[in-house]
Amino acid sequence: MSGGSGVAAPAAGLAGSAGGVETMTYREALRLAMRQEMERDERVFVMGEEVGLFDGSYKVTAGLLDEFGPDRVRDTPISEEGFLGAGVGAAMLGERPIVEVMTLNFLLVAMDQVVNHAAKIGAMFGGEVRCPMVIRTPNGAGNQLTAQHSQSFDGWFAGTPGLKVVAPATPADAKGLLKAAIRDDDPVLVIENLPIYKEKGEVDTDPELVTPIGLANVAREGSDLTIVSHSFATVRALHVAETLAAEHGVEVEVVDLRSLRPLDVETVAGSVAKTHRALCVEEGWPSYGVSAELAARIQHACFDDLDAPVERLGMAEVPLPYAKELELAAMPTEERITAAALRVLDLAA
Amino acid sequence: MATIDSTRDRVDPSVGHLFDHYRQMFLIRRFEEAAERQYKAARIGGYCHLSSGQEAATVGTVAALQPDDLLVTGYRCHGFALARGVPPEAVMAELFGRAHGCAHGRGGSMHLLDASRGYYGGWGIVGGQMPIATGMALSLVRRGAEQAVLCELGDGAVNMGAFHESLNLAAVWRLPVVFLVINNLYGMGTAVDRASAETDLYKRAGAYRMEGERVDGDDLEEVEAVTSRLLRAAREERRPAVLEALTYRYRGHSVADAGLAYRTKAEIEERKREDPLARTRELCEARGVPAEGIEALEAEVEAEVERAVAFAEADEAPPVDRLAAGMYRRGSAEQFERMRPGSPFGEAELVFAGGLGQ
Repeated sequence: MSGGSGVAAPAAGLAGSAGGVETMTYREALRLAMRQEMERDERVFVMGEEVGLFDGSYKVTAGLLDEFGPDRVRDTPISEEGFLGAGVGAAMLGERPIVEVMTLNFLLVAMDQVVNHAAKIGAMFGGEVRCPMVIRTPNGAGNQLTAQHSQSFDGWFAGTPGLKVVAPATPADAKGLLKAAIRDDDPVLVIENLPIYKEKGEVDTDPELVTPIGLANVAREGSDLTIVSHSFATVRALHVAETLAAEHGVEVEVVDLRSLRPLDVETVAGSVAKTHRALCVEEGWPSYGVSAELAARIQHACFDDLDAPVERLGMAEVPLPYAKELELAAMPTEERITAAALRVLDLAA
Repeated sequence: MATIDSTRDRVDPSVGHLFDHYRQMFLIRRFEEAAERQYKAARIGGYCHLSSGQEAATVGTVAALQPDDLLVTGYRCHGFALARGVPPEAVMAELFGRAHGCAHGRGGSMHLLDASRGYYGGWGIVGGQMPIATGMALSLVRRGAEQAVLCELGDGAVNMGAFHESLNLAAVWRLPVVFLVINNLYGMGTAVDRASAETDLYKRAGAYRMEGERVDGDDLEEVEAVTSRLLRAAREERRPAVLEALTYRYRGHSVADAGLAYRTKAEIEERKREDPLARTRELCEARGVPAEGIEALEAEVEAEVERAVAFAEADEAPPVDRLAAGMYRRGSAEQFERMRPGSPFGEAELVFAGGLGQ
């Protein structure tokens, strides 16, 4: 890497880095990843709105200010374009900024710095400089936060060459993917999810264990239908799989994408070749979205394997309404996923 | 420019005028308290940003608007809607997500609106309302209308690009807009001096050769007098301005924030001793309003808030089959015909159902 940062690169390994499996929330797993990487690498620092004194808008960074001090846990004014762009500049000089944006919705204010600047740097300057930054931000709906605060633009960013985009669904991957993102030499958008922050799971705390970017995970094996999903949709899909097994005797395989860009079509296609049916589920709007991309790739990769058209499901295509009844009707609930799965399986009533 | 000595603006409002404003302030305080109770009872969801403590700045500025002036605000907007005359029933029903809320249950706490009263929202992205207010002012100029726009924002918004771009446009095009910075000392949990290099926020107007003033936002009459003067200059001379109203919010950033991670209980208690509501009540008394009169008014307002809650509780939920209502103009159904569920390659389910301009 070029760029003359005076900050020391990481030591080869940490003393006493033996892991152990602990149960923790998705939020705690993200915090663990940041703490470990900040201990490992002086160049890593966190900045964003309310990340320090306030302990994070969603408490992901809680305690980090006390541990690492205000230079490395830096509260910013409300000025997303400014501090995201500052992250780009710092990264170009070899720092490893983790820029927290309060929600994916607010990333739109800084869209130009993400899409037109960060994503361009590697290619546009012929590989002379890199932009090793992490942008962390949650998507998601379901808390009646209404039209401007409930969106999932995952596909917009995943469709941008120059960015890497990951979206963990479990605490283990939250830790593993965030660490991989911090160590990556390119700009990585880590899309977290509001409803999953409180979900618990087992996490191997080994500081050297990362989840590789670009590999999907078969989260549940099955033989009758593949549900492809990421982030919170994976949590829903796993519940739906259990329901369908219990109530309809069908076995659903759930492929959790984990990375949206790069996209692991091999794992997806391998699953669909086995089950012959695919349902793509996302939290965002499906038109021109992640599920649209998947459907195109699955039909191309699995043309001879398919027993039914690829189905997809996402948020109803409306700006999210406030009223609880309306919001629920718009969301890709387990009920709607179940109904879509039964359609693909030709089991719909 | 940039004076805080505005005594020359002091008009001597009739007691009736003052009493009306006290009524609005008291309504806002009681409404916010009711909203917090209803939120804790899970009848209100999502974000809910209360404005208790900011009533004088809210009522004083809105009072300076002419009936045909326009108002645009950020998301801490219950008080602004009420001060502009939106019925408490319609505001509370919106907070409850009911069909007869002022945004038909679509917007909730952050997206109140009443176009019939010139109130154009209720916006949720920090600073996002400012270019919109600027464009409204542009429209007023193009139509030759002698009206003005009052655009409210918080102290947290002044570091957004949209703030600076809007101020510059308003100044370079001489637009009739007054940007009202409600400075309650904290943008969410960040104190103004941790976010802004220039903490005299009104001085930023100078960078755009625009008038900038600061008022004691807890002094109802001063707020109204200064706002009136700035709005008049906007309307009559197309002179935009920035008005900074210094005030304080008693509650957290939203109902979910206890508001104590970044400030002390002692600070809050100290501010409450200078409560604008109590100050205005004392002013009413000093101007000769009998105590019984004030108490009668307060009882009346409390009943009004109770009625608003009862109305919201009794109101119906918006029908789910009208999920997309309002999204596109009437007549758009035809354009979407081939996406409609039931058409040969239409959507599988209700994704586009309801309100596509039928």
